[in-house]
Formats: sequence, structure tokens, C-alpha cells
Amino acid sequence: MSRYFTEEHEWVEVEGKIATVGITEYAQQQLGDVVFVDVPAEGKQFDKGDEAAVVESVKAASDVYSPVSGTIVEGNDVLADEPGLVNSDPEGDGWFFKLELTDAGELDSLMDEAAYKKFVADL
Amino acid sequence: MSMNNQGRPTRPAEDSAASPAFATSTGNRALMLEEALIFEIGDANRTGVDLPEAPKAASRLGGLERKSAIGLPGLSEQETVRHYTRLSRQNYAIDLGLFPLGSCTMKHNPRLNEKMARLPGFADIHPLQPIHTVQGALAVIDELGDWLIKLTGMAGVAMSPKAGAHGELCGILAIRSALEARGDKRSVILVPESAHGTNPATAAFVGYQVEDIPAKPDGRVDVDALKARLGPDVAGVMITNPNTCGLFERDLKIISDAVHEAGGFVYCDGANFNAVVGKVRPGDLGVDAMHINLHKTFSTPHGGGGPGSGPVVFSDALAPFAPLPFVERSEDGKLALIEEESMEDHHASSFGRMVAFHGQMGMFTRALTYILSHGADGLLQVAEDAVLNANYVLRSLEDVLDAPFGAAGPCMHEALFSDNGLADGFSTLDIAKGLIDEGFHPMTVYFPLVVHGAMLVEPTETESKAALNQFIGAMRSVALRAKQGDPSLHSAPHFAPRRRLDETLAARKPVLVWTEPVAEQAEAAE
Amino acid sequence: MRYLPLTTQDRSSMLATIGAAAIDDLFVDIPEEARLTGPIHGLPMHAPEMAVERHMKALASQNLVAGDVPFFMGAGAYRHHVPASVDHLIQRGEFLTAYTPYQPEIAQGTLQMLFEFQTQVARLLGCDVANASMYDGSTACWEAIGMARRITKRATALLSSGLHPHYVGVAKTMARFTGDALVHQAPSLTPETDIAGLIGQIDKNTSCVVVQYPDILGRVDDLSALAQAAQAAGALLIAVVTEPVALGALRSPGEMGADIVVGEGQSLGVGLQFGGPYVGLFGCKQKYVRQMPGRLCGETVDAEGKRGFVLTLSTREQHIRREKATSNICTNSGLCALAFSIHMTLLGEKGLRGLAEVNHAMAVTAAERLEKIAGVKLLNSSFFNEFTLVLPKDARSIVRALADRKILGGVSLGRLYPEEADLANGLVVAVTETATLDDIEAFATNLEELLA
Repeated sequence: MSRYFTEEHEWVEVEGKIATVGITEYAQQQLGDVVFVDVPAEGKQFDKGDEAAVVESVKAASDVYSPVSGTIVEGNDVLADEPGLVNSDPEGDGWFFKLELTDAGELDSLMDEAAYKKFVADL
Repeated sequence: MSMNNQGRPTRPAEDSAASPAFATSTGNRALMLEEALIFEIGDANRTGVDLPEAPKAASRLGGLERKSAIGLPGLSEQETVRHYTRLSRQNYAIDLGLFPLGSCTMKHNPRLNEKMARLPGFADIHPLQPIHTVQGALAVIDELGDWLIKLTGMAGVAMSPKAGAHGELCGILAIRSALEARGDKRSVILVPESAHGTNPATAAFVGYQVEDIPAKPDGRVDVDALKARLGPDVAGVMITNPNTCGLFERDLKIISDAVHEAGGFVYCDGANFNAVVGKVRPGDLGVDAMHINLHKTFSTPHGGGGPGSGPVVFSDALAPFAPLPFVERSEDGKLALIEEESMEDHHASSFGRMVAFHGQMGMFTRALTYILSHGADGLLQVAEDAVLNANYVLRSLEDVLDAPFGAAGPCMHEALFSDNGLADGFSTLDIAKGLIDEGFHPMTVYFPLVVHGAMLVEPTETESKAALNQFIGAMRSVALRAKQGDPSLHSAPHFAPRRRLDETLAARKPVLVWTEPVAEQAEAAE
Repeated sequence: MRYLPLTTQDRSSMLATIGAAAIDDLFVDIPEEARLTGPIHGLPMHAPEMAVERHMKALASQNLVAGDVPFFMGAGAYRHHVPASVDHLIQRGEFLTAYTPYQPEIAQGTLQMLFEFQTQVARLLGCDVANASMYDGSTACWEAIGMARRITKRATALLSSGLHPHYVGVAKTMARFTGDALVHQAPSLTPETDIAGLIGQIDKNTSCVVVQYPDILGRVDDLSALAQAAQAAGALLIAVVTEPVALGALRSPGEMGADIVVGEGQSLGVGLQFGGPYVGLFGCKQKYVRQMPGRLCGETVDAEGKRGFVLTLSTREQHIRREKATSNICTNSGLCALAFSIHMTLLGEKGLRGLAEVNHAMAVTAAERLEKIAGVKLLNSSFFNEFTLVLPKDARSIVRALADRKILGGVSLGRLYPEEADLANGLVVAVTETATLDDIEAFATNLEELLA
């Protein structure tokens, strides 16, 4: 099991062929109180970089890109009722969706935790 | 994710609920009266109107009579007057004081305008009356249109758009129609980063791809970047002048020439026309279409969010594509209303109708009254005083607040500041809420997006020097508190009808209509 | 200039503070060749109140005032009596000269009013929710069609032939640029609307069916079957109400299953005003609220736990979503919404039902009188306060001739449908509580004479 990060502040946790995707602690801080999350339905297919989900705070709306290509196996439906989970536990219970990887090789282009920390520190 | 840095507190801080010295039993505070909802104080069987008697007649409703209750409470006239008077007192307004919302042009609304709009000859005429019974109404539209054309140096005008954003739509539809008429399929509209949100929304609404054009460090459009992007796929640019940083786009003519050279059109967002009315004519700078917010430059009241009115002036190239209906003066002096029926061949290029009827007549009478009151000399003075007042504010505050473009030269009708230099943890929001306690409506905050923690102050020409000084004094005091880190700012406002409101809760659990409290529903069911 | 407080002395001392020698130093960014040096040539100079008033009154006097004559016009704009307190209250400066309530702590008056308005509108239309207003009925109608496209991801809208032709015109203009397909034809002079025909046209590409209730000819029909048929095919039913007073007597479109109900709110509180400003009503089912255009006001609490109101779900809107917004609408029709809401509060349910009853009874009385005229046929089998007469000759010339006799006797279908020769003899007549039995008699007698 290993965790990857993107420059767009998504994280990806990979277990076998299934990748879980969410946004980072840094991203949730920038957004402010999250009030609405729209997660993709099971079966949807995304290429790397496609707009896959929407996250909204009171004053902002952001698209969440799929960091890797794949087919959605589950969206986190709990977020519909408890969007605040994205603030309180962004890198845990506040995950957005799980997808089955099309090409595990795509993970190579992502950052590991140390690299992401450095990336954020330099912003 | 697409990152943005708009995050800011949208609910009260945990410790900000410091209770008042003592609470009254009613919740009222002397002249500040709490007021319940009409659904809590009204009754479906109470009414504030007496109706004429209905003649005896059999129903012809086709068996569709409403059977169930609607749920509309009524109040007597006295209760109604009291309800809305109490509510009104919870609002800030221009009539109470300086209203420095940048880009909104909150100037005094002359009462003669209101009186004229209520003349029965304007207020009580039907939009579909035979044309010969509404010649005076058409004359108002024609006369106002003529002023707008002359003030802007353009060739034609569309009067029907209902507000600024609707005017933008009108302009973009005319551009697209003109391009289609020459068989030119262009797909991109260029919009500077600092633009009002309506610009990209409008362009996208009618199917254009929107591309951002960067600004230069001096707050103006990067002309080289814009020129580099021009090409056979660019339908046009939407440019605000003066722009949302309060600066005049001095290269607009160069931009226009380049856009025309590349086969595109120039749309100018005229939201900030107040700064230059009578001082420069957009037509002389190569603009092809520009909307004019009558509720900004020409003083029709904002009414708590409308109605507005957004006539659009056009260059020769776009005028033939203007929407229906419009007023035309024939040789005998009679006015005709050109609509579907009378369009005929010579108006065949019109892109069609944008609204039912003819636009915001009630706003036309007000705007024309305002324009006639000022005349050409008064309007020039409007622009000069608006710009003078804004520069006075800019220079009186730039030692306490960061003015990102202050050093580069004068501003136009509005002064822009950033949150740079405030104490750690203090932001534009704190200054805004602190100003409320000082008795002022805050300036526009967090817009334009190109400046961090933007504060955009537009005093308008109808403020006296004394009123400006009072505002400047309040602003300086609050800014200094924010720089010194005064924690009481975080829980401001302290003296408004309401403390900071929980916008997070409102958005997470939307309650958009009133419903009977559960306990009462249960009682009713018993 | 009476609105400009700065004196010459103020101006020079302020220029000194700024560090500018002359006012034109502040306009240096305007290229010199384009900068104007004096008042624009050929335009009049400033004028005192009296002179402006004289000019405006002279223009106003060239119009035939509806309230001065027997008046029977409708077709999307209706003349009702507006109680005196409505205009008094909307002229309170705290309403009239306030901005959009972006600072909720000092805008609770406008916000609470909007919350009340939304609730009144939702209940009247039979919807779960309603927004804080649109520009008018015609633009609300188009926005509803766009909303149906976003929800269903289909782009063919079926417009009933009974939809107001201006509303159709607005939709056609917009559809040309958005790529929506519209299916529409002009109405035919039949006693009832063609619900079955509409149902027959619904298919898997249909995003919505748009139907006016009562329709442009004044006809009323049960929308339940249409709602079911649309929804069964995955499409939405959009109902358009141009005369909200009708809903004091008739079942609401929401009750009959409409997914979105839009309307023109001008009838209550706003007045005729030659067509604007009016107020667009927009309601829908709860599940579609995030696709709704326009501003929404919501309830919340403040730091002390007191109830308060804020604008909410703003991420749908242009100032945040920019090119991805549900609509580009910004300024809407706040003050007209206030007028509507105050009038509705004065009426209450009892008053609204009573008003609707008077309107219907007056209209029935007028219809029965007018259809007695030789050669005149009443088209409708059912109606509320507006019906269509079929005259033995072109109705446009009759309307003009009536106006010459100081009677505003309805709207000719020739004005509304200039290209439809079959409709030329149609005359749409609206009768509200503002008409008297004498007015009806004057109208009938003069029409009789003109047709003789």
C-alpha cells in the first residue's frame, strides 16, 4: 500500500488495482468550510486529468481531477450528508472516490509524500 | 483539483458569542426591533384589502378549482406597514450613508426620478397598446437611446436588455450573429483575469470557449499577450474599461485595432462608465459593443438587488444585428416600434427577441430624468468628481493600507487596496466587518481576484468632502486595528442587527422556504 | 448641480491633497486625442427640477393611460389594483437604495423579505423551493429550458403552441446560439389545448415540455397526464404562469406534477409600466435546486444563535463559477419581488382567493356579454380572467378603432402572430377586478358598432 500526490493537491492511495482518491490537508485549508461534494457514479471512466468530482465551499467551487485513468468502483456517498469530513479528515474518511486503475504505470509520474511536502512548502 | 484561494471564515469564530451586557425580554434593543416572519404573525383568514363584490357567474374553470390550502398568511394594512418598516430598518442604504461598494456605483438616487417614473402616463400603460396610444413612451425610449449613443460615440443602441449581464449577452449575441452572417465560425472569447464573473459566464452561456488574458504588474491587460493570442478562432475580447482595478485601459485603442485586424470584435463591459461619462467616448477607442448599467451610471435605484437595466450601444458593424424590438422615428416624426410584425426586410439581420415586451421602461424614465437634470455639462462633472473623490480616498489611505497600483499613478472612480501588511491572522473580512460597526457598508471585498484580499472602494461623485473624511477616518481606524491585531475585529460586527452569520450551516443544510415547526404540525395533526 | 456636493473650493483643496495640479491630471491615462475637453456638443445643459418635470410630463401626456379608459388588455401583463401601502413601503430608502445583500449583518431586511418571498412563491406555484427572482417571465422560461437541459442531458424542448409568443421568441433567440432544438408551432383556434398532441411528440430526446397555464388564449387544462408522460420518458414538465392571480382559483402546476414552474409576477404589486421592470418567478422540486439559476436566500443563525438569513448556494452563480455558472444572471428584480411580496401579504390567502373569484366572475360576465354580439364567437371552453374571441374580421384594425374611441379592448392575435393569417380574427380579452360592469358594457357596445 502506498500513497501518491499530485501538484493539483489530490492524493491517491493504491491497494492492488484499486486507487482511492481525495484532496490533501493543504487543499482543504485553502478551500475553507466544505459545504458540498459531488462524487462520480460507479462505472464512470476517466482519463488521467479529467474532471471527476466537484468540491464546494461557501465562496468557492473547485473541480477535482482524476490523478490516474480508471473506472469508478465507488464514490464516497457519506460526503453528501457530511461534507465537513473533507475538512476534518481529508486524507482519511473524507476520501472522494475509488477507481480501478487502467495503467498502474501512471503512478510513476506522481509525487511521494516527501516530495509533495516540499512542493507545498515552496508554494 | 483546480485550486483557488478563496477560503475564508464563513461561520462565526467559536468564542465570538460574547453575550450583551443584559438581554431584554423581547430581544428588542430600543429602536432596533426584532420582527418575526409573516408566516409566524399572519393568518390565512386575515387580509389587508377590501375587494369589490363579484357579480354572480357560473364557474368556467374547467373543473380545475383549487381545493387545498395554499398556505399564504395575510396581515392587515397596519401590520403590513409595520412589518416591512421594521424589516427596512435592518438594512444599510445609500440614504443612510456612504456606500463604497467598488464596481457597483452606489450614488444618490434622485427622488425626481421616482416621481417621474410614477406618472400614470408611464406607469399605467400596457406594453401591447396600439402604437398611436403610446407615442410618449416610445419617445422616452428614443430620447434616452439618443443620449446613450451620443455619450458613447456609437452608431446604434439596443434598449431591451434587463440588466448588465443581460446586456453582455446582447452584445455577445450580436458579435456571434455578425460573424455567422459572414460565414465565420470563431469559437473563442478572450477575457482578462480581472473581469467581472458575468463576462466568462455570458460567453460560455452561448457556447464560446473562454480564455483568460493575463494582466501586467501595473494592473492592466497585457497587450502583447493578447495580441499573441489573436487569430482566426478568436471571435472577440471582453474588456472592462475602466477596469476592475479602477484603472483606465490606456491601450484600448491599440487593442481594438489589433482585434479588428484579426477579424474579431471588441466588447466593452461598461459597468464602470461612470468614471468617464462625458470624458471619453468608447466609440472613439474602437469599441464595437458596450452595455451601460442604468442602475449604476444613471442612478436608477439598486432596490436591494434589482431591477437593473442594461442597454447596449453598438458600432456600425454590429448595429444591424441588434435585437427586437426597437423604436424608429419616421420622417413625419411618428415613432414606430419595430417588432416581429413590422420587421420587414430592412431589419432582417436582427438576432431576434431577448425579452417579452420592450425592456425596463420604469428604468428608462428614471435614467432620462437623471440625464436631463445633469445635461452634458453635469455629466462631465459627474465623471470628474467621481474620479476626484476616489483619488482623494486612495491618497488618504495609502499610508495605512497597501495600494498595489497606487504608486503607478491616479486611479479612476475606485481605489483598490490589498490585505498586505495586516497582522498575522487578520484579513480583509475583518476590516469589512469592523467597518460595519463604524456605521458604514463595507467596500467590495475579495474582488477583483487578481489582488490578494482585495478591497475596492468606490465613493461616487455624490459624496461630500465631509462624508469622505468621515469614511476615511473610520477606515483608518479599522485598518490600524487590523494591523495591530485587535482581536475584537474577529468577532465584529458587534452592533449590527445580527452578528456574523453562519454561512457554512446555511449551505450545508439549506433552508430555503419556511415550514411549520414540527411541534405545531404534530398538534395540528391531533 | 443639485446632486453634486463638492464646491469649487473643495475640489481645489482635494486636488492639493492628491498632489495633482488640475483635474485632467487624474485622466492622463485616457489618450489625449480621445479625451474630451468640454461638454459633448449638441446636447442640452443641466436643468432645474421644474424644467425636467415639464419635459417628462409632456411626454407622459402623449400616452393613453390604462386607468383612464375601459381596459381589457392582458397577454402577459395584467392590470390589477395595487394597494397604496405597497408603493409607500417599496419607496423606503432602506429598501429602494440598498444593494444586493452581500453583507448579511446589515441587510437582514432585504434577506428576510426574500425568504418570505421565496416561501410565498413556492407555495403559490406548488413547488418545494423558489428563488429570489429573475428578470421577468420570459427570461425565467428560457432559464428553465436550460436547466432542463443540464438535468436531463438532452437538448430538445417541446414548446406548447399556447406559450406566449414573446416567450417563444426569447427561447428561439437563445436556442440558436446554445444549440438547443425547439419544437413549436403557432396555436390553432380550438376551444381546448392539445395536450394529447404534445404527449405524442415526447420522445427519448425530449429534455422538457413547456406549457403555459392558463395559455396565451386563456385556456386552462389539467397538466397531470402531461407531467406523467414527460416524466415517464425522462423529460421534465415546465409550467409557465403569466397571471399568478389565476393560482388563487386554479390548482397549481406543482400540484399537477410540474417539475419546474416559472412565472411572471407583475400582476401583484408591480403594475403595467409599459412592459418592465417586471419580476420572474422560478420554482422547482427540491431535488433540482442545485441546477437552479439565480440567487437563493437561506435561513441560518448568527454568532449569538439568533435566526438570520444569508444568500446561499452561491457556487451556482457567475461571480464564483464564472464560465461554469448555471446562468450569467447577477442583478435580478429585488424591488419588484418586494412589491409582489407586500401585495401578497396584504391579500393573504383569503384576499388572493377573493381577488381570483372577482376576476373570474368579471371575466365570465364579460365573455357572456361579448359572445352575444352578432358574428362574435367565444373560443374557450374554460378560462380564468382571459379568453379569446373570434371576430368576423381582422382584429388588429378593430383594436385600433376601439383605441380611437378611448377603449383599450384586448390584444389582437395579429399583433402577437403577425405571420399567421389564420389567427388574424382572434382577440384576446382580459378582465380583472379593475373593470366595472359599465366598462364591459361600453366595450361591448362599441365593438358591436364597429362590427356592424
